[in-house]
Amino acid sequence: MSTRLANGGRFLDRARALEFRFNGKRLTGYEGDTLASALLANDQMLVGRSFKYHRPRGIVASGAEEPNALVGMGEGGRFEPNQRTTTTELFDGLTCASQNHWPSLDFDVGAINTKLGRFLPAGFYYKMFIHPRPFWKHVYEPFIRKSAGLGKAPTERDVDTYEHFYAHVDVLVVGGGVAGLLAARSAGQSGATVLLIEQTPQWGGRAPVDGGAVDGKPVDKFVEEVTAELDAMPNVTMRSRTMGAGVYDHGYALGYERVADHRPGAAGPRHRLWRIRAGRIITATGAIERPLSFAGNDIPGVMLASAVRDFAVNYGVSVGDRTVVVTNNDDAYRTAIILKEQGLDVPVILDARVLPQDSALMAEAKALGIRVMMGHAISSVKGGKRVTGVEICSQAGEGAVLETVDCDAVAMSGGWSPVVHLWSHCGGKLTWDEAQACFRPDVDNPPTGADGEGFVIPAGAANGALRLGDVLADAHAAGAAAARAMGAERKTSDAPQAEAQDEAPMAPVWMMPNGAGYKKRAKAWLDYQNDVKVSDVRLAAQEGYQSVEHAKRYTTLGMATDQGKLSNINGLAILSDALNQPIPQTGTTTFRPPYTPISLASIAGEARAERFQPLRRTPMYDWHAEHGAYWEPVGQWRRPYCYRKPGESIEDAVQREVKATRESLGLLDASTLGKLMVKGPDAGKFLDMLYTNMMSSLKPGRCRYGLMCNENGFLIDDGVVARIDEDTFLCHTTTGGAESIHGHMEEWLQTEWWDWDVYVANLTEQYAQIGLVGPKAREVLAALTASDVSAEALPFMAWTDITLGGMQARIYRISFSGELSYEIAVKASEGRALWDLLLATGDAHGVTPYGTEALHIMRAEKGFIMIGDETDGTVIPQDLGLNWAISKKKEDYLGKRAQARSHMTDPNRWKLVGLETTDGSTLPDGAYISAEGENANGQRNVQGRVTSTYHSPTLGKGIAMALVLHGPDRMGEVVEVPHIGGKITKAKIVDPVFFDKDGEKQNV
Amino acid sequence: MLILTCPCCGVTAEETEFHGGGEAHLKRFGPGSSDEDFHDYLFSKVNPKGVHLERWRHNYGCGKWFHAARDTVTLEVYGTYPAQTTEPPQDIRDAITAKRPGWSWREFS
Repeated sequence: MSTRLANGGRFLDRARALEFRFNGKRLTGYEGDTLASALLANDQMLVGRSFKYHRPRGIVASGAEEPNALVGMGEGGRFEPNQRTTTTELFDGLTCASQNHWPSLDFDVGAINTKLGRFLPAGFYYKMFIHPRPFWKHVYEPFIRKSAGLGKAPTERDVDTYEHFYAHVDVLVVGGGVAGLLAARSAGQSGATVLLIEQTPQWGGRAPVDGGAVDGKPVDKFVEEVTAELDAMPNVTMRSRTMGAGVYDHGYALGYERVADHRPGAAGPRHRLWRIRAGRIITATGAIERPLSFAGNDIPGVMLASAVRDFAVNYGVSVGDRTVVVTNNDDAYRTAIILKEQGLDVPVILDARVLPQDSALMAEAKALGIRVMMGHAISSVKGGKRVTGVEICSQAGEGAVLETVDCDAVAMSGGWSPVVHLWSHCGGKLTWDEAQACFRPDVDNPPTGADGEGFVIPAGAANGALRLGDVLADAHAAGAAAARAMGAERKTSDAPQAEAQDEAPMAPVWMMPNGAGYKKRAKAWLDYQNDVKVSDVRLAAQEGYQSVEHAKRYTTLGMATDQGKLSNINGLAILSDALNQPIPQTGTTTFRPPYTPISLASIAGEARAERFQPLRRTPMYDWHAEHGAYWEPVGQWRRPYCYRKPGESIEDAVQREVKATRESLGLLDASTLGKLMVKGPDAGKFLDMLYTNMMSSLKPGRCRYGLMCNENGFLIDDGVVARIDEDTFLCHTTTGGAESIHGHMEEWLQTEWWDWDVYVANLTEQYAQIGLVGPKAREVLAALTASDVSAEALPFMAWTDITLGGMQARIYRISFSGELSYEIAVKASEGRALWDLLLATGDAHGVTPYGTEALHIMRAEKGFIMIGDETDGTVIPQDLGLNWAISKKKEDYLGKRAQARSHMTDPNRWKLVGLETTDGSTLPDGAYISAEGENANGQRNVQGRVTSTYHSPTLGKGIAMALVLHGPDRMGEVVEVPHIGGKITKAKIVDPVFFDKDGEKQNV
Repeated sequence: MLILTCPCCGVTAEETEFHGGGEAHLKRFGPGSSDEDFHDYLFSKVNPKGVHLERWRHNYGCGKWFHAARDTVTLEVYGTYPAQTTEPPQDIRDAITAKRPGWSWREFS
């Protein structure tokens, strides 16, 4: 069993006991524990079930590479799935639960899958669930989705806050082990600004566990001194609990600081996303130990040798009473020696190598009385939910059992892989290190920055320097080199010297034993999390998946949170062996950020709820809010959809607003409409290119409706243009189009017609604009001004500047409703005053403010198009019967050439018509108009679609606009409009102008 | 995320402050042009591996369009220059040649 040792645990504060719950069970640990170490101290080795076969799984590692021990953490608004117990700091009151099992962790029905393992090989789902086709959507997919996925998504809103933090430094050092500390020190001593980040709460990495001495001092003492030295340097910033998540173009990097994961509810953000721009990035990210591939290597109790050592030294936890060590290198002997020194039993070290003589570590182990069997291996591990023993065989053979040894833990080591993730994120190349059987950074091919120079420098174990002495020299040099590249060249102290034992070379072991047959390979796990075994990778190769990227996707090797941490090299080696090619030729899969998962909330940062995006308010916003406005978001604006009186429904309010406007007087806040001032001697020429119709011929004092297309010919915006004077035009755009059309104008002026003398300014927010609409509009206007606003003085499509209630106002006599209508613009600061004035003056006529829906209905009754309803980016003006607004005289305008392309002139393009339902009902928005027969996919053929549809209070029936095949030639024809669910409404094709066809109401 | 320097206002800023606008030095084809020329103008853009001349706009800065000479593989930026030109200026060409002798892009080299 695993238990807490009487002594040891350099991270622990044994005076501070903490209580926590696992699957409802009350357990205790100490301050300084990780959740994993605390679980082990309580003999909770079984922590989860595997993804596919639901096999019992225990803790394998002690850090970020842990594949199995993922739990659901917290409750309610702080629940989070898939939290790694090995990187979760224990705190008092922690609550967590294991995942992927039913009904319980100890008894899981899904474990039947492991009995079916033979029938669930790589690619099983692809092969099995293809036929019959319709079954995929309704039977297979729902079933697979139910059984897939580890954790459950949270159901409640996250109660914590998150933030972004920006940092600009000369040198970013990722990793706070001895390599990172030393690199930061030499960079800092050189005079560079340095940010040093470390994912765990402690500095020093694993060197203090592995032992040795630096400059005559024990490693942990040295770490303490360097940390204090860095802390005192003003140009060095240190952040623990901060992971280097990703490296991106031009020295951009993301750091993920877990500010309050270990003290939930504390003031401040839970996570902080560091957005770092660094001149040079040093990756001192260390190395990860590889598992060995032997049968039963996933049984709880089989653990990485380094993890067994970490739990003993850092947390005072023994993983088992009797631990068999199995290895292909010297490093694992350190685990055996430490266990033995703690008084635990190590029955045997199985070393797959055959060496001519003992190394220092081997001699030390033997001197402690540990039995060492060279050239031997594990044939298979015995046990179910816990290791009970191992069967020993020769590494060279097929696994004939020579001896069985009882034990309750296995410490395995297949050698070390440098953590090259961050080096590779932005394109750093790798090279195969034959001696250490690992990929390490190819320092001649680094990711390059804006200046073409490499900006990532690997240091220490991450650079393949796996021995302490090499680590120190490499890291010291890396720090100085990074600083030098940034122009910081002050003298540094000398690189420290290490005293460490010599080690014998490791020997690559990819399969244990070497000649393992299918039965063993099918129980030898490569990727614990995704349940990928040696046999699966071999099968993928056999079925033709030769590219490592394809094999990865076929087998799911190294996917999800693993990202190649534990499984990568072993998988590549098996694939290479199956393909009969050297490992470097197989290559690696792509390493993608983040290094370990980061919270989505940290990416969102503060951009949520009200701060998600800015809210734009018109000067009359408060009045709207106080008078029952039902808001509609329009871009970043909020406009009243309608104003609800107490007890009134939205529908009733809209109908009331339309009626009041048509019968007497309505008031519309039109301030959000875009207002672009276009000015200069070439302004007319410029607008002739932008609009489909002629604008240069417009007289000052007059207005003209115009259409704007892009170079592809499609309609992008419309609005009324007013000519202010010879050189000046005011172009109204749609609300949503103000910024984009401004950009569109700037683009053409700056990049195509830069020699034209034209300037554009966006005046949208400078003016408040109010639509005074209805038969009584002129009466009210005249009452407020001394100027002549008669039909003769201010005819339709004219504008004038007048004084209105003491305010300078510009009156445009234009109409989007078909009514007598004035749009009145004043300075934004006077908008509310004008609004109040018009309300007061219009009171006698029952003035009724109306919202966007009433506006839509009134324009539809008049057959006026709306950008975004009748257009969708594929519609040209000709489709909408707007040929009258397209100049035939102009040689050129944006879109003209495109509108001559064959598809654009096709007579079969759907064209705009009106639709009137035969039963007076309202058609569903976006509905299709069906045609005879079916298409190749068995779907009903269509001959048009509804673009706008409303109940018209004016006409008392449903009206709609639609694009219909040959529509204008089919007036009076009745077509069928199917609803979702199968109901069909019949509608008659009519003229799109439903109301006041001759314009008598607006031309008074 | 790239870093670019706007040649108009001189600010060196993060990519999020800019907006990419595709291939630079497009020649516009309007009414009267052949179907093939117009099609190529609208749709046939180069996407080279290596030296590329691109349009960018300093959206959240001075608002000006400019051109960047950039390497799509190494991400090196050889230089940026104003958009009001029909061809890359000599100093930009020299800067590219210094790093990538023998380069060519469309009709330029």
